[in-house]
Amino acid sequence: MIQLSHLQKLEAEAIFIIREVVATSDKPVLLYSIGKDSAVLLHLAMKAFYPAKPPFPLLHVDTTWKFRDMIAFRDETAARLGLDLIVHINQEGVRAGISPFASGSRVHTDVMKTQGLKQALDLYKFDAAFGGARRDEEKSRAKERVFSLRSPEHRWDPKNQRPEPWQLFNTRKHRGESFRVFPLSNWTERDVWDYIALENIPVVPLYFAAPRPVVRRDGAWIMRDDERMELLPGEVVETRMVRFRTLGCYPLTGAVESEAASLTDIIAEMRSSRSSERQGRVIDHDGSGSMEQKKQEGYF
Amino acid sequence: MSFAIARNLAKKNKALRPAQNLLPANDTPSASETGQHSLLRFITCGSVDDGKSTLIGRVLYEAGAVFDDQLSALDSDSRKFGTQGAAPDFALLVDGLSAEREQGITIDVAYRYFATDRRSFIVADTPGHEQYTRNMATGASTADLAIILIDARKGLLPQTRRHSFIVSLVGVRHVVVAINKMDLVGYDEAVFEQIAADYRAAVQNLGFASIRFIPVSARDGENVMRPSALMPWYDGPALLPYLESVAIAPSAPRDEGFVLPVQWVNRPDLDFRGYAGTPVAGRARVGDPIVALPSGRTSRIARLIGAAGEASQIAAGQAATVTLEDDIDISRGDVIAAAGSTLPVSRGLKARLLWTGERAMLEGGQFLVKLATQSANATVEALHHSIDIEGFQPLPAQSLRMNGIGLVTLRLDRPLVSLPYARSHELGGFILIDRISNETVAFGFVEPGEGEARQAVGEGGALARAQRGVLRIVGRKGTPDRRAWLAAVSWRVLSTAGLFVAAFALTANVPASLALAFGDILLRPGLRALHMRLWRKVPTGTLQDGAGI
Repeated sequence: MIQLSHLQKLEAEAIFIIREVVATSDKPVLLYSIGKDSAVLLHLAMKAFYPAKPPFPLLHVDTTWKFRDMIAFRDETAARLGLDLIVHINQEGVRAGISPFASGSRVHTDVMKTQGLKQALDLYKFDAAFGGARRDEEKSRAKERVFSLRSPEHRWDPKNQRPEPWQLFNTRKHRGESFRVFPLSNWTERDVWDYIALENIPVVPLYFAAPRPVVRRDGAWIMRDDERMELLPGEVVETRMVRFRTLGCYPLTGAVESEAASLTDIIAEMRSSRSSERQGRVIDHDGSGSMEQKKQEGYF
Repeated sequence: MSFAIARNLAKKNKALRPAQNLLPANDTPSASETGQHSLLRFITCGSVDDGKSTLIGRVLYEAGAVFDDQLSALDSDSRKFGTQGAAPDFALLVDGLSAEREQGITIDVAYRYFATDRRSFIVADTPGHEQYTRNMATGASTADLAIILIDARKGLLPQTRRHSFIVSLVGVRHVVVAINKMDLVGYDEAVFEQIAADYRAAVQNLGFASIRFIPVSARDGENVMRPSALMPWYDGPALLPYLESVAIAPSAPRDEGFVLPVQWVNRPDLDFRGYAGTPVAGRARVGDPIVALPSGRTSRIARLIGAAGEASQIAAGQAATVTLEDDIDISRGDVIAAAGSTLPVSRGLKARLLWTGERAMLEGGQFLVKLATQSANATVEALHHSIDIEGFQPLPAQSLRMNGIGLVTLRLDRPLVSLPYARSHELGGFILIDRISNETVAFGFVEPGEGEARQAVGEGGALARAQRGVLRIVGRKGTPDRRAWLAAVSWRVLSTAGLFVAAFALTANVPASLALAFGDILLRPGLRALHMRLWRKVPTGTLQDGAGI
């Protein structure tokens, strides 16, 4: 018997899950959030159906506040791989003038991300959506199933989840219900970077350190990606060597000061780091149970 | 690094990937072993409040897997929910749901990940309450090793025995008994020895390959990372070093040859028809003869595609896509096996069930069964007995309640390929699903002994093959298939008679009407076969399987 390495096992498990979704759902979609986890997920989806293309489109829920580099990378990736890309923006939110600055992170995330996602899933009638979330990211994610059943209103019921013994996923659902599926459930941040290095997977350049214009705000380095970010009294734009451990809306994503400009550097830096990757995420710190609450409301 | 390098990376990838060939064609494993060490999956289980989550939290902390921002969150959480006064309550590192933090208990299984220099670990922290036994069994189903916690003050509890039984039921063969809260019994060796002796006596029939006893104090970290100075009488390894070094032998040797449960038929165009899935046993090479089960049709492997592209061989556990030399009908739920395979194909399953449904199981109950990628309708033909999971003895039973375990015979509406669970977890573990609520109502463990159709499929003389062919069409006596076949025959006769009457009414010509009727009865099956053949050429896209599983 061949002994598979840790990464080979994770790779095989993720491909199995991706195929299981396609074989048992009517209209799957891949939630493409442009970050490193999405990059790995997309790479695995390409492998799962080779020589065919993945039989599902990519969906990006655009909050209109993503880094410009992310949007460029997104369009380039979809074109390079020849995949359908659906971009959905919550137009109601745009009309209401929702922004992270004017409305606060909580309202912005709820309207532009959570509601936007629900709108898109309902609009296209997707009944299974892949996401790149990992259990090691956050405590309530550690409790989530690989196949996470959502009600017709997209709600998650953490106390009543189906058991998932072995690799046997109960993929039955009633009309209107849907699944959020997490093929990378058992991956850690380190596994993701090791795999990216091993497989040469392209990622957004923002993960690598470079001189970037940043502003110190609420204890975090926020990159001023465009003119919409107005400076508060006393704030100055500085150019610093920074990079990002996670990517989201630029006003809500703190940069870390770093010299790590290559994959090797990033992996070395991560191994010696003393803080978790989600530390830079403003939205995670709205209270200890806040991720669980957001997820119950339909957040990924 | 900026755009330029990222673009170079993309370019480099492109160079490896000609337009239609997205993956490099070679045999090197895509995720190479370099720098990768082995993985140990383990669970913690035991009774309520014996400190499972505290122990996991402590292990994560000692292994350096808790980050500074998580520690500061832990400090504030400990003051709010903690049970340890001002000291950090390590259980709060793992109890991630609000309800768990409020109630101070573990409800659902939590998976945590950490690595030391020697090993990567996935740990499932499972609930101690009896009502959440199914979550505990879920965690155990993929574990190599179980840590069973025992509170040194309380000794063996009914839940210790229940969990030990479930751990053995799901096939975990290595056990660490962590005798916790040694600080509360004055680090007394006699207490430790007594509990160890009691435990050995209690589980002697459960077939564990190894049992290791370690005295610990999870709260204070004694014997967790390094040997405790407070228990000099214990000369074994501390918990974490033991987990780093324990050898987990692969489960029972596999002599089944190559087995691939087909998960998905990959048909991008008329030129390519690949069967995708993860082989559960053996290995295959290009050119190997195979048999498709349950049909028994044979062919040879034409191409193999692994995670890294075209491959000359594929082994168990690797994602695979297989093409065959002949165009034979195979769909999701069929099994491709090495030619001459003696895998049992059967319409009956004898199995142990761990009942997880809210409503009790009764004989005659109908469910969906999912085994590997196969699915079928199942009827509970007999409940032979339930098992008292504290005394491990069979008991007569009329029903199985939630968390009950029993031995049943299931009748299936289509033949499934299976093996006893002791030989293969992949072909011997299954779930039952309620058809109406869609709830997962049982975990199943195939037992040896349901002796039907045990002969090697695809083997035997022409007569045996012909007999099997006829049986496939007409079904076995007394089965729903035979009934369906008889119904189809009577319907065909009736509709032909109807056609004759209609033709006679129109033409008043007996020979012409007879000719029309018999022409219909002869032509229609041929036309139907042709028609279905044409339909099979149309790509289906999704839903190989009407059951949705």
